[in-house]
Amino acid sequence: MSDFMMFSLVPLTVAVVISMTCALLGNFLVLRRQSLIGDAISHVALPGIVVSFLLTGTLASTAMMLGAGASALGTVAMIELIRRLGRVEISAAMGVTFTSLFAVGVLLLEWHQASGVHLDVEHALYGNLESLIWFDGTGPAALFDPVALADLPPQLARVVWVGLVVAAFVVVFRRQLILGSFDPDFAASVRSYPALVDLLLVTMVAVAAIAAFEAVGSIIVIAMFICPAAAARLMTNRLRAQIAWSQLFAVVSAVLGYLLAGQGLGWLGFDVSVSAAGTIATLAGVILLLACLWGPHRHRTGVAASP
Amino acid sequence: MEIWWRALTFTLGYNTSLVTVGSMLLGAAGGMIGSFVLLRKRSLVSDAISHATLPGLALAFILAGLWQGDGRWLPGLLLGAALSAAVGLWAVQTISARTRLGEDAAIGAILSSFFAFGVVLITVIQSMQVTGQAGLTGYLVGATAGMLAAEAQLIALCALGLLLAIFVMRRSFLLVCFDAEFARTQGVSTGRVDLLMLLLLMAVVVIGLKVTGLILIVALAIIPPVTARFWTDRPLRMVALAALLGAAAGYLGVTLSSVQEGLPTGPLIVLAAFALFMVSFLFSPWRGVLAALLAYQRFRRRVHVRQGLLALAREESIFDNLTLKLLQRQGYIRRDGVATLPGRAAARDAEHEERLWALYRERHPDDALQQEHSGLTPLAQVLSPDAIMALEAQLPPKPEGGR
Amino acid sequence: MNRATRVSEEVAASPLAVQGLTVSYDHRPVVYSVDYVTPPGSMTAIVGPNGAGKSTLLKAAMGITRRLTGDVRVFGQPIERMSRHIAYVPQRNSIDWDFPATVIDVVTMGLFRNLRWWQFTRRHHREQAMESLARVGMEAFAERQIGQLSGGQQQRVFLARALTQQAELTILDEPFAGVDAATEKAIVEVLKRLREEGRTLLCVHHDLATVRDYFDQVLLLNVRRIAAGPVEEVFTERHLQATYGGRLSTVQLARLVDDQVPVTLGSA
Repeated sequence: MSDFMMFSLVPLTVAVVISMTCALLGNFLVLRRQSLIGDAISHVALPGIVVSFLLTGTLASTAMMLGAGASALGTVAMIELIRRLGRVEISAAMGVTFTSLFAVGVLLLEWHQASGVHLDVEHALYGNLESLIWFDGTGPAALFDPVALADLPPQLARVVWVGLVVAAFVVVFRRQLILGSFDPDFAASVRSYPALVDLLLVTMVAVAAIAAFEAVGSIIVIAMFICPAAAARLMTNRLRAQIAWSQLFAVVSAVLGYLLAGQGLGWLGFDVSVSAAGTIATLAGVILLLACLWGPHRHRTGVAASP
Repeated sequence: MEIWWRALTFTLGYNTSLVTVGSMLLGAAGGMIGSFVLLRKRSLVSDAISHATLPGLALAFILAGLWQGDGRWLPGLLLGAALSAAVGLWAVQTISARTRLGEDAAIGAILSSFFAFGVVLITVIQSMQVTGQAGLTGYLVGATAGMLAAEAQLIALCALGLLLAIFVMRRSFLLVCFDAEFARTQGVSTGRVDLLMLLLLMAVVVIGLKVTGLILIVALAIIPPVTARFWTDRPLRMVALAALLGAAAGYLGVTLSSVQEGLPTGPLIVLAAFALFMVSFLFSPWRGVLAALLAYQRFRRRVHVRQGLLALAREESIFDNLTLKLLQRQGYIRRDGVATLPGRAAARDAEHEERLWALYRERHPDDALQQEHSGLTPLAQVLSPDAIMALEAQLPPKPEGGR
Repeated sequence: MNRATRVSEEVAASPLAVQGLTVSYDHRPVVYSVDYVTPPGSMTAIVGPNGAGKSTLLKAAMGITRRLTGDVRVFGQPIERMSRHIAYVPQRNSIDWDFPATVIDVVTMGLFRNLRWWQFTRRHHREQAMESLARVGMEAFAERQIGQLSGGQQQRVFLARALTQQAELTILDEPFAGVDAATEKAIVEVLKRLREEGRTLLCVHHDLATVRDYFDQVLLLNVRRIAAGPVEEVFTERHLQATYGGRLSTVQLARLVDDQVPVTLGSA
């Protein structure tokens, strides 16, 4: 029990909260056919963090979140500029933007390797969920012990905060989000400011990506955004139900993935544990695969309407 | 500085030169195939392909490691990478064709879950007793330093082969990119050509893994073609230009990375390509941003001035602040909005021109529609002096008071 | 100086008056310097060839697309403050109909302006939406997934959404494109009823043959305003020729214009 408290409670909670947060936002990315914005933004999390570290010298939450916001807005601005002014197709504009910014991030990271940034390229790509150890979590009593609680890894509070902010965002802007996803022209005509809501959504995606970054790395977080929401889309034709399914899939892949990573190969007789973040994302992919094969609403409707 | 010069001039030893040549060939192949993929609007499929190589790479490493104790056997790794990339590609195609999910969701889901599975396998490798594990990181962000001559030769040869294959296929690719319907009527199997295009893209990605790393290889297939697009409207020229730009990016990136030990090659190649892009994006006289902005501002001012002058002529009030400002600056109106003498003359001219245009449109509707005009083009540029004289003669006397 | 007081009475009474509206893509004008004052209580068809800027004109007037120049007023006030008086029916095929929503969900979107974020849609909102659905004859489909509807049914749902907006002016973009005859008839009935209630309609229309039957005003557009006014005065061979150029054959034109059917709107 105390082993669980010390080594697993925090990573598991962080994984569940991050997966749910990302999956919630992912629903709107998938509906808007903008999943690749999630892809681009998660790549850009790396330069965002490195630059904000170089500027402020700290990996504290506020600095990182500001860096996240700034990098998201910068990325979107760059994509839009290239797309509109250069008349480049959107996915190509995204490709130009995020590869260049990611390259900047990797270079800066290598450059400042010596100056003791607690980050390296592999870390940035895979994350390290297992390192979130709660040393004072020696037993159930620690849950009520203020001293022990103060020792909780700061990442936990960070992801919980981000989760709450994202949930609040989705609740407050639910109508604007739905309207802007379904019919942006109509949304503009009733002054629901779809472009602004779009920007807010992208900013939220960036905030979630950065919060998730340390734990799961910048590539695997893409799976958290897209896989549960995409699988949920294949399960139902109602938006509320879709969101509920996505949350369920997120929790299942987080919990099961974490347990499998720690124990799975042990059951097969190997004494190794594998990357928890990787396993969680792989499971999310497997869930999507199952939904693609057997999801009750996997086929398109409304094909007749398209010209 | 001197070492960079030697790298630039291929005098830094056989291996470095070989790597440089290989990267240039690779950049050229990426630029070429990327151009077709860009024209087909599927640029980010390459992102899914490249990330999907990781599990194959890791599995091949494990198998090679179990077999011979060292996982670093380039041909095997590339084969594994190609196989899993093919599975990823197939999955993207199937998901977007068979389910209601869009290609964007399919790409995002496949690239991230394949990559995640690769990460799981890498952690397995880390717990195995296999040498050469550090070499795997090179496949993430690219490392050409310390590449074996045999490896460099393999990459250069494969890139050359791909370049030739793409060159041979260029016409069918272009046909399909330009007008798939027409291509089908010409007996071209668009499905097969599309597949071949994506397979060649996949081959470029796999060959390039060691050079730029799997996260950034996609840039080689996207940035040079996008850059080339700024300089030409002709597709085959764009392909050729993209090849040149890709080669230049490979050349600059690899030589730069040979200067400073330990700098990964991938980001340098990407940034070299990006620098070329930025220059074109800003300064291309045809589609560049500066040129476009200048043209837009000029056009906007002309529209405002013209509309302002017409309003003056018709004695309507002007609400638009920019119009007022521009008219004032040109000396057409005074501060209080009253027209000056030159202003009144210009307004008369503008209205006369406008009426001539209207008459022309009325008398020769077909010809007038042919001119993509807005009435902003001076009529003198469109019609001969004789034709204008004839119009002038037909112009009815101006009705009194406004419209 | 108070600008609002300077507009003419005609503009002050009009639910949508545009002056000098220009929209351009890449310094190529799509709509150039268009003036149009929509008469209150009228039903206007905007007619012109493909690429004439019909949809763009409306979108720019509503502020959906950016305009280069131009002044847009609703009852004499700048449109930015008055957009709640306008209901909008976008082109049906600009929408992803595979969206996870039901018919009633879509119709309730018309109430967007009435609902703050902390409010849930209550029964009276639902009833309002059902009432609109009933007006277009779709109340039986309320719980249907929108992807399962036919083209005509989708168009009716969009019209119902506009009805719940209860606006003075309804702007419709090609409401009859790709719908069945029964739907076309039903939509026309609803529109005529709206007009009888004193509301104004502005409609991009592509079927020249029905302009005389459905509308009382027409705006002929090809990048510029070619002509505008009452149908019987403006919908003439000369103006159509100027709008379409050689794209309309003489036979077609003769059939359209010599049709001496009187405007039937009032008597319907």
